[in-house]
Amino acid sequence: MALATTAVRCVNWVSRRSGRGAGTVVGGNAGLGIDPHLLAHLARSRTVALVSGTNGKTTTTAMIACGWGRDVATNTTGANMPAGHVAALVGSRSPVAVLECDERWLPDVISETAPAVVVLLNLSRDQLDRAAEVRQLAQRWRDWLSGGDFVVVANARDPLVVFAASASPRVHWCAPPTSWTLDARSCPVCTRPLDLGADAWSCTCGFEEPQSQSVLTEGGARIDGRPVTLDLAIPGAVNRGNALMALAALSVLGVDPALAASRLATLREIEGRYAKAVVAGQAVRLLLAKNPAGFAAQLADQAEHRGPLWIAINDGLADGRDPSWLYDVDFEQLRGRPVWCWGTRRLDLATRLWYAGVEATVVENIAPRHDGIIDLIANYTAFQELRRGGERR
Amino acid sequence: MRIALVFPELLGTYGDGGNAVVLAQRLERRGLPAEVLSIGPGDAFPDADLYLLGGGEDGPQRLAADLLIASTLPERVADGAGVFAVCAGLQLLGTSFAVEGDATYPGLALVPAVTVRGSARSVGDAAVRVDGRLVVGFENHGGVTHLAPGLDAFGEVVVGHANDTVSDGFRDGRVWATYLHGPVLAQNPWLADALLASLLGHELEPLASVADDLYAARCAQLTGMGA
Repeated sequence: MALATTAVRCVNWVSRRSGRGAGTVVGGNAGLGIDPHLLAHLARSRTVALVSGTNGKTTTTAMIACGWGRDVATNTTGANMPAGHVAALVGSRSPVAVLECDERWLPDVISETAPAVVVLLNLSRDQLDRAAEVRQLAQRWRDWLSGGDFVVVANARDPLVVFAASASPRVHWCAPPTSWTLDARSCPVCTRPLDLGADAWSCTCGFEEPQSQSVLTEGGARIDGRPVTLDLAIPGAVNRGNALMALAALSVLGVDPALAASRLATLREIEGRYAKAVVAGQAVRLLLAKNPAGFAAQLADQAEHRGPLWIAINDGLADGRDPSWLYDVDFEQLRGRPVWCWGTRRLDLATRLWYAGVEATVVENIAPRHDGIIDLIANYTAFQELRRGGERR
Repeated sequence: MRIALVFPELLGTYGDGGNAVVLAQRLERRGLPAEVLSIGPGDAFPDADLYLLGGGEDGPQRLAADLLIASTLPERVADGAGVFAVCAGLQLLGTSFAVEGDATYPGLALVPAVTVRGSARSVGDAAVRVDGRLVVGFENHGGVTHLAPGLDAFGEVVVGHANDTVSDGFRDGRVWATYLHGPVLAQNPWLADALLASLLGHELEPLASVADDLYAARCAQLTGMGA
């Protein structure tokens, strides 16, 4: 193990010094090449929380790390597969760790890290060209969660998550707000259409929404019966939901929810999300949306806004090569707002907007066009590109 | 024109509902009336000029097959209605399709086509030639579809796998089907208009938009040649 961890440190040091990478994945891979169970060795004797799901992984992981109120080993750069987990644990001696985990890797990472808590946020369509279809993924999760000696903190509002998590004997159910139901219209158990009632969903086969222990309230949340005040600096209903899941996980880990909630108020941006930046001379606020569920959440937050909006859509490997999902996004709600389209699939986006009756302008390069700060919603690789290209304000 | 989306809860994995939006918009922007309706599982099939079938995962695809077999869609087609199907919707219209493992499942048998499991999933950009013109899009499926003698393919494959790397989908009167999934009509405005013209019985006025630029760019990107 000593040789393997040294390899991780050395390779990552070279990677960072040479400017070729953020220095996490290459080193992790080098270490795993020497010792395939390096992750298990590094996780042993630590209290580990895992966070997985289609959307909100990075934010919820950062919230758990922040709310814990101590030094925490965590993968902050979005490197959410075993190589990234290895690098995060090599880089910290903390006895507690919170790791964001890619949905497809979750079963492997559970068996390697023996976590105390597994947080399951949601499951929806994303990168279907390279990921398993979403129902298959729910089934794989279900198979792996049945025998675990850990608490699952799970989203009761998401039928696919409930299908997966209900195999576990120890579940802490939460009810975060959800603006996406398109992947939950057919019952995961019997495939009949689900009744998506206003209060709770159910199916005629008997599969139904479980009662939640942790819920949002008027000014905050109730975590396992204990009221807490939520005063988040980052915007949006979706982030109140992420905070709810983070606080529930911390409560399971023995952290006082009220104290954890007060710490969350200090989070202003997460890995560039919601950060204000200047990109090619234009002041922007950077927003990430990678898939229909992510866009549904971002566009819901945009309802109060009127000015110009930028949207950037790429089709890199990490985005999915097929932008068909743009037709699962309700862009019609942007009617009356001028939208600028950027990214490798800007023409696909502009066509979608034309069919939605939204005034769209296609631009090849970003240039300063507007006074003040404009919102810029980008999918994954476009977001990373803009983050690197932008100067912080 | 009444356009009906068939079971969008079950068949709508890749933004397939976009085809209804595209067709309705291309009519309305020319001043022609259009109405889009959704058919839910268990609903009676309403009268419509065109029925749209999208893609779906295995479980929902089987349920959709059962519901289609019990439906009046064949009667509607016999009365002159059109069908435009993509991906799993294409497979559903044939006599049988493959499900998990090597098992097969009965389809609606509206056309004599059989889908079996391929040796690998076909995922990626695809282009097919239809009536001498390119149709561009994306495919993501695990099927190989065999057409009975006498059943015409929808197009011939230029890029990708489609039915069997040679032909794509099928066209039987007003029943059209392609493996190019999702909102394929959004990328191919000429095909959307050809479908509408075939149902209306007359040609449509030109309708310029950014969709034409998208089509030209995708044709150049996928085949190295123009449209």
